[in-house]
Amino acid sequence: MHELGVTENIVNIALAKAGEAQASKVIRINLVVGELAGFVPDCIQFYFDSLSKDTVAQGATLHFESVPAELRCRDCSTIFRPQDTLWACPKCKGRSVEIFKGRELYIESLEVE
Amino acid sequence: MKKIEVIQNVLEANDTIASRNRRLLDEHNVFAINIMSAPGAGKTSLILQTLMRLKGKLNMAVIEGDVASTVDAEKVQNKAKAVVQINTCNMPESCSLMAAMIESALKDMPLNKIDLILIENVGNLVCPAEFILGEHKRVVISSLPEGDDKPIKYPLIFIDADAVIINKMDLAPYVDFDVAAFRRSITGLNPKVEVFELSSKTGEGIEKWCSWILGQAKAGGAKR
Repeated sequence: MHELGVTENIVNIALAKAGEAQASKVIRINLVVGELAGFVPDCIQFYFDSLSKDTVAQGATLHFESVPAELRCRDCSTIFRPQDTLWACPKCKGRSVEIFKGRELYIESLEVE
Repeated sequence: MKKIEVIQNVLEANDTIASRNRRLLDEHNVFAINIMSAPGAGKTSLILQTLMRLKGKLNMAVIEGDVASTVDAEKVQNKAKAVVQINTCNMPESCSLMAAMIESALKDMPLNKIDLILIENVGNLVCPAEFILGEHKRVVISSLPEGDDKPIKYPLIFIDADAVIINKMDLAPYVDFDVAAFRRSITGLNPKVEVFELSSKTGEGIEKWCSWILGQAKAGGAKR
């Protein structure tokens, strides 16, 4: 639902970086998206196609590298992939956990010509 | 073909404006609270109760965020020093307030005469979690009819909250909401969170919430 504003930022960053590199075309944008970040890749690509029209980024492919969620138990420091909706630690069964990985949303690189 | 390293957070544009908002608020000693919840959890009712109870103690303003209408702004109009309604239906995000929307709203507010701004976000437990606005504290309201599993289903918004309010406590005899299980889920995700049990309808528990705001606003540099 909130992908439009985010996609605007992606287009702006891509155009700025492509401009700095004096590129005539953006071929591909490599993004890293955490599993917990709550952004839908298909939705971002949909908005991207419309927002990048008539720019050097028109027609670029968005590539999404998904980062799986990893949690860290505050009691025993175990890092684990959540197995159930309760996010309980598999080692000590503790429920006090923090997100270790999975909230990322950044542009890793651009491929241009 | 050439590869350019970027490594840039996509939400950076929002975060930059949020820091600007925060600076502006701090320069004017205004304390701001971002109130988030699902639609119908009681954001407006709690804001009304807070305005009534803290009247004379703090000069308060409200920023109302809704997809459409001025219904909420009209409800609080006579009780706050200033009210700005933001309608998100024609904006890039309709599902959440964003820092840029708050930046324009702050321009319409007499910040020198305000101690506290209560920001009512768009009713939604997903999108507002991703956008900081420049607020000092983030508050999430859950109400008994919604069920006690919301922190498990929508963890992000609860992880970043400074306070969580369990509202509509007067409905406890009629709904199956396990307060202890709910508290366990939240404090597991977020051990430092303050939890308030209250009812905006009966007023039960509101006093404690208002003292918390008063304490936070004073510690945060509000004028009085």
